[in-house]
Amino acid sequence: MIEVKNLHKSFGDVKVLKGITTSFEKGKTNLIIGQSGSGKTVFLKCLLGLFDYQEGSIAYDGKVFSKLTEDEKRNIRAEIGMVFQGSALFDSLTIAENVMFPLKMFTKQSKSEMQDRVDFVLKRVNLADAHNKMPSEASGGMQKRVAIARAIVNKPKYLFCDEPNSGLDPRTSIVIDNLIQEITDEYQITTVINSHDMNSVMEIGEKIVFLKNGLKAWEGSNENIFKTDNEVVTDFVYSSNLFKKVRRMYIEENE
Amino acid sequence: MTYLHNIGSYFLMIIEMFRKPTKWSVMKQLILKDIDDLIIGSLGIVAFISFFVGGVVTIQTALNIDNPLIPKSLVGYATRQSIILEFAPTFMSIIMAGKVGSFITSSIGTMRVTEQIDALEVMGINALNYLVFPKFIALMLYPFVISIAMFLGILGGMAACVYGGFSSLDDFITGTQMDFEEFHVVYAFIKTLVFAFVLATIPSFHGFYMKGGALEVGKASTTSFVWTSVVIIILNYFLTQMLLS
Repeated sequence: MIEVKNLHKSFGDVKVLKGITTSFEKGKTNLIIGQSGSGKTVFLKCLLGLFDYQEGSIAYDGKVFSKLTEDEKRNIRAEIGMVFQGSALFDSLTIAENVMFPLKMFTKQSKSEMQDRVDFVLKRVNLADAHNKMPSEASGGMQKRVAIARAIVNKPKYLFCDEPNSGLDPRTSIVIDNLIQEITDEYQITTVINSHDMNSVMEIGEKIVFLKNGLKAWEGSNENIFKTDNEVVTDFVYSSNLFKKVRRMYIEENE
Repeated sequence: MTYLHNIGSYFLMIIEMFRKPTKWSVMKQLILKDIDDLIIGSLGIVAFISFFVGGVVTIQTALNIDNPLIPKSLVGYATRQSIILEFAPTFMSIIMAGKVGSFITSSIGTMRVTEQIDALEVMGINALNYLVFPKFIALMLYPFVISIAMFLGILGGMAACVYGGFSSLDDFITGTQMDFEEFHVVYAFIKTLVFAFVLATIPSFHGFYMKGGALEVGKASTTSFVWTSVVIIILNYFLTQMLLS
């Protein structure tokens, strides 16, 4: 579980996060949603420890990150898996080497043990035949799946995904969403996803934190986001014509 | 203020580069890869430039010595001194700032733009140690490149001198052996090692701390070349003052 209390982050005079308090539960897919510029990425980077923040605290299973020693911080980081927006695969390594990377860095496993684990996770993300390809030879969807495989190969306790569906077609997006959901359930990890994709919200948003202008505007689940009267949320959710139509049909059916 | 800030950040980067070392089994492979990219990959261009510039130095020296009282062997002597003292260590380093420096800045800069450095940091890896330290170690083999540049420069000079009809082979060889001071070679290699450190760290600094996208990677490469060259020229002056005068 990750608990965030009163998180403030500024860049110079610009306040990006203005006191966010929330929690992300274990075994659930937690989504951070909001418009572009609402502070989602900054929030995620604060959670990951990539950005320092001015005020507040972030606790991983009760351990307040800012109060930990460097070694303790490194231990927590070794338990984090991250899927970046652009996948962030290492260009100079093959797909198998990319996935093996965290094992090489953080474990004392033998080469055959590492190879077995890589085979297993690549099979898990449906890329059993892609070992020797270079990242540049893989499609966007494949790269995302490799990034997921790399993120889970060392059995992390926390999985972070920054816009995992960006640049993907709707069908591939659903595959990626379902994969993240299945992995979260299977390994009982705390998953935090940064997204503005409403399909993801509907598919896998077990807990949703809605940000607007650096503030938490709403919190709930995918079941009640479509029922809320919160105008800020409904403006965002029904901003696309498709969702407006679906909502109209839903209202008409229930009248 | 920005310059002072950058100079401070550069020295902090160097300290950070030696902290939290990467596992040796991984580091070993990174060093070997960087030796291949930075040292072995540069041999071709170094050999080509050295041979022909050596030839040009010889021709120009020979053409400017038209006094019959000056012995022909002086052409070989002047070629040797020019190449060992300045051409091989200093001017080859400026060329390497373009070749190796741009490669380092653009490869690290691209990793920054595509969030690969963020990925390393999220995993708790010291990205500076992982990326810059192997380049620093690989470039400690840079004197090997420069010794090849020295040899081929003199060889190119000899070929130009003999086949251009400026002096005989014997005269040229006599010149290259005349008044040889071993310390000049030591001086050249001391400079080379200092320049190797500059070549590894300044381009890495510009790549690692760059902000922006693909366009900024290109700008960072250019800036890195300019600063690496400036620092090499300044250090060349002070090292020469300290070691030779």
